Amino acid sequence: MNFDRLKRTLHLLIPLMFLVTACATTQDHLLDMNTSQVQLRSIQSRAFDTTDKEKTMRAIIATLQDLGFMLDRADYTLGVVTASKARADSVQMQAYASLRITVTVRPRGEKQLLVRASAEYLRSPVTDAKPYQNFFNSLEKAMFLEAHQVD
Amino acid sequence: MRLPFRFGCAALAALLLMTGCYAVTLDRDLNLTPEMFAQRQVQTRRFDTTDEKKILTTCAALLQDTGFTIDESDTQLGLLIASKERDASDPVQWAVFLTAGIFLGVPIPPDKDQVMKAFVTTRPAGTEGRQVAVRVVFERTVFDTEQRLKKIEPLNDPNLYRGFFEKLSKALFLEAHEF
Repeated sequence: MNFDRLKRTLHLLIPLMFLVTACATTQDHLLDMNTSQVQLRSIQSRAFDTTDKEKTMRAIIATLQDLGFMLDRADYTLGVVTASKARADSVQMQAYASLRITVTVRPRGEKQLLVRASAEYLRSPVTDAKPYQNFFNSLEKAMFLEAHQVD
Repeated sequence: MRLPFRFGCAALAALLLMTGCYAVTLDRDLNLTPEMFAQRQVQTRRFDTTDEKKILTTCAALLQDTGFTIDESDTQLGLLIASKERDASDPVQWAVFLTAGIFLGVPIPPDKDQVMKAFVTTRPAGTEGRQVAVRVVFERTVFDTEQRLKKIEPLNDPNLYRGFFEKLSKALFLEAHEF
C-alpha cells in the first residue's frame, strides 16, 4: 500500500522535475552577462566631440542605411536607434543570418556625446571588439568627427 | 544502387555548404565598401528646397499611393519605414516545379508570398543646407508555397529607384538631381 503510493508520487514527480529543469535552463538568458560588463561597455562605446544629438542620430541612421541595414525603430527623445540586416538565399545556398544592432546616444559631460552600440548575431551577443571597431570606423566618416575610446 | 548514394553525397555536401555559408557575417557587414557607396548613388537624389518636412510628407503619400503601409516615422530625424505584402508567384518557377516534380521526383517549392520594405531618409544637403537629399532603399522577403523563408534580398535594380524618384519629383513639382 505504502509502496504503491510512493510509486504514484514518483510518476508525478519525475515529469515535473524535467519540466522544472527545462524552464530554468532557457530562461537564465534573460539577464545573463558573459563578459565583464565594464569591459564590454568600453568595447561598445565611443565619445564624439559634439553636443548635437540630432545630427549624431542622423549620422547613425545614415551609416546603418549605407551598411544595408533596415531600420526597425528610432526614438529621438530616448536617443535610440535599432536596425537589423537579415539576408538569406536558399537557391544560392546562403543560410539565413541576421545581425541586429541597437545604438544609443546620450550626453557625456558638457561637450561630448557618448554613442554606444550593442549587436546580436546568430542568436548571441557580439562581444568581440573588431565588429564594433568596424562600425565606429564607418560612423566616423558620416560624422566627420573622430571617435574617442572611453574607459 | 549507385545513384541514391551519389544523390545522398550531393545532398550532404549541399547541407554542409548551407551551414558553412551565412548570408550576413560580422566581418563583412559592418564595413563600408565601394559597392555600398555605389548603391548610395543609385538610391539618392537631391531636391532644391529647404522644406524637409514637405519632402517627407510627399514621400509618405507616394508610398501610400503605391500600396505601402507606414510602419515607423520620425520627422525630426527625417525617416520613414513602410512595407507591403504581395503575391510572388512566378510562372517560370511553377513550370520548373512541375517538371522537376514529375520527371525527377524532386519537389522545388516555388515562390508564393513576399513582404516588400521601403526605408526612406531625408537630410539637409548642399551649400548652407539649400537642398534636401532623399535616399530610399527597398528590400524584400520571399516565402515559398510551404511558407518557408526562401530569400531576403535587397532590390538593387536602378530602374526601381529611377521610377520612385520620377514619381516623387512629379508630386513635388521639383527636379531631382543625381547625387
